Formats: sequence, structure tokens, C-alpha cells
Amino acid sequence: MAMLEISDLHVAFPKGRTGEVEALRGVSLTLEKGQRLGVVGESGAGKSMLAFAILNLIAEPGRVSEGSIVFHGENLLDLSERDIRRIRGNRISMIFQDPMVTLNPVLTIGTQMVETLKAHRRISTAEARRLCIAKLKEVAIPSAEGRLDAYPHELSGGLRQRVVIAIALLTDPELIIADEPTTALDVTIQAEIMALILKLCRENDVALILITHDLGVVAEVTERIMIMYAGVCVETGPTQQIIRTPRHPYSAGLLKALPQFAGRGARLYQIPGSMPPITALPPGCAYHPRCERATGRCSAQIPPLEHGCACFHPLDQTEAAS
Amino acid sequence: MTDAIVETKGVEVRFPLPAHFLSRKKPVLHALNTVDIAIRPGESFCVVGESGCGKTTLGRTIIGLQRPTAGEIYFKGQRIDTMDEATRKPIRREMQMVFQNPYASLNPRRNVFETLAEPVRHLMSERSGAEVRAQVEDVLEATGCDPSWQRKLPHEFSGGQRQRIAIARALVTNPAFIVADEPISALDVSIQAQILNLLNDLQAERGLTYLFITHDLSVVEHFGTRVAVMYLGRVMELAETETLFSSPKHPYTRLLLDAIPRIEGGSFDTPREPGELPDPVNMPPGCPFAPRCPMVEARCRAERPELRRLANGTHAACHFAE
Repeated sequence: MAMLEISDLHVAFPKGRTGEVEALRGVSLTLEKGQRLGVVGESGAGKSMLAFAILNLIAEPGRVSEGSIVFHGENLLDLSERDIRRIRGNRISMIFQDPMVTLNPVLTIGTQMVETLKAHRRISTAEARRLCIAKLKEVAIPSAEGRLDAYPHELSGGLRQRVVIAIALLTDPELIIADEPTTALDVTIQAEIMALILKLCRENDVALILITHDLGVVAEVTERIMIMYAGVCVETGPTQQIIRTPRHPYSAGLLKALPQFAGRGARLYQIPGSMPPITALPPGCAYHPRCERATGRCSAQIPPLEHGCACFHPLDQTEAAS
Repeated sequence: MTDAIVETKGVEVRFPLPAHFLSRKKPVLHALNTVDIAIRPGESFCVVGESGCGKTTLGRTIIGLQRPTAGEIYFKGQRIDTMDEATRKPIRREMQMVFQNPYASLNPRRNVFETLAEPVRHLMSERSGAEVRAQVEDVLEATGCDPSWQRKLPHEFSGGQRQRIAIARALVTNPAFIVADEPISALDVSIQAQILNLLNDLQAERGLTYLFITHDLSVVEHFGTRVAVMYLGRVMELAETETLFSSPKHPYTRLLLDAIPRIEGGSFDTPREPGELPDPVNMPPGCPFAPRCPMVEARCRAERPELRRLANGTHAACHFAE
């Protein structure tokens, strides 16, 4: 059995007096132990919603309206708030985008780390501090001992995100969900942090769900990829396979639009238009108004996800490779 | 004078900071230090660097939103930094700016026509009402905006459409020179290609010169004619784009290039040491990059390397570049 199995997940928000709109419209995925999955999409595609749903963190008035999230045989959606805490922050950890917002600015790094450990383990403060220093060393924070008494503002952005990673690793989780962990950081720091996350996941056999808009980062770090568009997964499969031979026209368009694939000064491929908001989805395939392969069928029926691709007219091997 | 359209000579910008309550001495932040660049007509001159390197300050100083503390700025051979407002007005028509965030740069209460008409009325006051309307319609067409947008307010548009409007506003006075400060960073991936193509098309049609500020080297590789790499207020390397990518001379440029996530993967496989920027208020005496530099030697910490011309035409500020 897979470590994590999500099937047909729907997340709905109320609209008007009686209506509802769906931010996620039936997303399924499986994740094995130690596997690294990249979830890619534009803002509003539902990728953060997916992360929040896994941890039962969808804020009112949103709700999971359908589907199941099974972690080691247990449906997380059936758990009480008390029971989910055994898992959230313990067996599944999260890393968010902005470390300055994630860390409490008025508490020292040490206080926040010890607090996390004590919430999940019966452990003395002295023992907790020892463990915290060990974790800070593991994420290569220089002079780790001294940093426990530092406040978040005394650290640079890169070191702060390292502290957040150390906190996420404190409880030896099996799965880390990282939501745009380097978007707020500079490029050289992004490379440091992603190299660190990759190393730690490999060494400790930790699974990773990496949520990002950056295809380059996904290609570097993950083994599988899931491309989301307007609340559904449009294509999923091994990362390098999809990057070399994308089958869904949206995935192919995203890749072709990257400046690194065009010659200098050459015209970039551009996808016309923009992603519709979830409140105004077109009928049929949500991508069809922007798609150059769309036919009448695409505006009438929603294509199901078959063989990792949700499209009636997927690209074949030769088209995809070009 | 050279044939440059825009030239800076020894430009410095210092920001005085509030004094510590026990001390009388006001600390000074050196945002720009002796920046000499010459931008040729018709080129896309890119400035790349991490946050705090001074790239935005440089753009703002050239355009006149920030007065330099020292140094000279020339536009078409005329010194502009010492001009008073009235003399400068005809030049402001020729130099315009596109900002990073189209959600912040457009006045939310002003419709598109008013937004676009204001620069014409202000900077080209001899125009009649009909001429203003014609000019607005022309620029909307040139930037791929629908004429029906004129009576709409910014909130009715998506991010990509707003950035088109912001570009139209910069172009409506028929400028020769545009400072584009991270014009695609706030946009979704599929929209970034649309805006880059638009900027390229407009340059070809109107012979525009760009100062393109970005943190993203893959955009520079696609878009730039020449590149200046900045670090802590200084130009570290200045080169033709192709030369910079094929044979980077400054260790900082190499660090930046190594940090680009590649679609083929593999560059995040080795762990990286945490890099820290020195405090820009108390800069060390030597090379600002010395604390992070892999090839640092004693000389680097004592003596600041000047930007000098190397055999292949690249300029680099490193004692050991050759």
C-alpha cells in the first residue's frame, strides 16, 4: 500500500447564498515512501489548496466536499482535530514560502524549536535543546549552538529558511510538504536551500511534495510531477519523461514558453489568454479556450485523467519531443 | 562624448539611516558605489543581481526618481541629474519606466484612458483632446490591448493585462528609453512569455532602448544584449550576454550561473554552504564578495578590486579575473 493515497479530492467554497465553487475538482495522487513529487501550476490552479487539504487546514468556509486522503491506511479526513495533530507537524511536516511569516518574531529560535518537539514527544528541555542543535547542524547553520538564543530577525533570509527546515525535520517526518519554499529567496540562496532539501530527503528517505511554479526547480528536485490547471491535474508522470515528452498541450505550452528553450532574441512560444478564475470556468476542459488543439468535444466534455494525461487530443511522441 | 544614449559616470547613492539612540553618528547605506555604465541606442541592457544589490536604485536614479549623491548622468549627451524640473520635462517624455507589480503601479480609481492620457497631457501639453485620444488608441493597439478597455478600471484586468496597460502607459509619450524593473516577476509563467514577446516586438517596431532589471539569468540570456552583474551596489562584471554565459569571469557571476535550476537537472545535487551578504552599512574594506568567494585571498580582504577591462572585452571587478 502506498504511503499516501489521495482519491477524487474536491474542495468547495460557498458562493452566494446557496451555490458553491470548487477550488479542487477531483484530484488523485499516490506517493510512495521516500518519493519526491512536484506539483506545478499557475497561481489559482489549486496547488496550495491541495497541500492545505492534506493537513486538514482548509479554512472556513471552505471544506473538503468529496474524496479521501489515506495516509498509512488511515483516512485523514475522518480524524478529529486531536488525532490529526498526531500526524500534522509530526509525521507530515510543512515548509511555507516566507520564513519571516512562519517564524514567530518575538520568540527565540530555541523556544520555537523546543516547543515543537515538546508538542510531539515526552522529552526534557535539556534533551530537546540537544536535539535542536543537532538539527541546526544538519541543515548546515554555522555556529548552531549560539543560534538557539537568536531571534528570527537576527538571521538572514536563507538562514531563516534553514531554521524552518530544521523545525520541519525535528520530529523525523515521513513526508514534507513544501509550498514554494524558495520563492521569497534570492537565486543563489534558492539553490542552497533546494540542494539542502534534496540532500535531506535522500539521506533520511523522506517523501516530499514540492509545490512550485518553477519547472526548473521541479526538474532538479523531484522524481514525479503533477501539472495542475484550474483545480484539476492535467498531466502526471515521471518528471524527466514529462519534461522531455509532454503530452498535454498545456504542459507542452508551459515548457515551450521557457526562455531557456528559445534562442537569444527569438520569439518565445506563448499560450494565449490566461487561466480562468474558478468562479468562471468554461464548460468541458478548462483549458480549451486557450488550446490550439481543441475541438467541439473539448468544450462539451471534461476529459478524464487517463494514462497520466487529461486530454482528448494529447500530443504523440514525435510532436512532444519537438 | 560617446554614442551612448544613457551614460552614468561615478554614480553614487547613499541613504542616511536613523542614528542609534546612544550615538550621534548617522549610519549610511551605500546603495550605489561608483557605477559607470554606458547604454547603447537600441540595445537591451540587463542589470542582474540579488535583492539589495542596487539594481532598482540604479534604474530609479537614471530615470530621475532618485537623485544621485555623487556622479553624473547623461541622456543623449546632455547632463540630466542637475537639471531643474522645467528643463528636464522634455527629457522625461523620452525616458519612461515599467514597474514590477502591475497591481501596485496602476491607480485603482483611474480608468485605462485616464491612466494613459495623463502622461500625454502632462508631458506633451501642446496636444489637443482629439490628438490625445488618438495617441492613446494607437498605443493600446501597439501593446495588444483591446480599445474597449479604455473605460475600465484596473481591477477588471488580470495581471498580464495590467502589465500590458503599464507598458502602454510607458510608451504613450513615444519615449526612446525604457527602464523595465522586473516587469515579468509578478506574473504567471504562461503570461511571462507574452510580455517578453511584447517587449521584443515593441523594440523592433520603435527602436526602443531598454534597461531591463531582473534577478533571473535565464531571462537575461534570452533577452539581453549586454549585462551588468551587480553585487552590493557595485558592478562586478559587465559583458556581452553571450560572452557572460559562455565565459563568466567574476566568481560571483559563476555562482549566479550555477544557481539557475536547469530543466535537465543535476545542478542541485551537491550541497552548498550558506552564503551571507555583508552588512551594507558596515562594508568590509576589500572586495564586497570576499566573504562568499571560493577563490578569496588575503589581498581581496584588504584591497577593493576596480572594474577593469579584460582581454576578451569583458569588464570584471576581481583581482584574479583574466
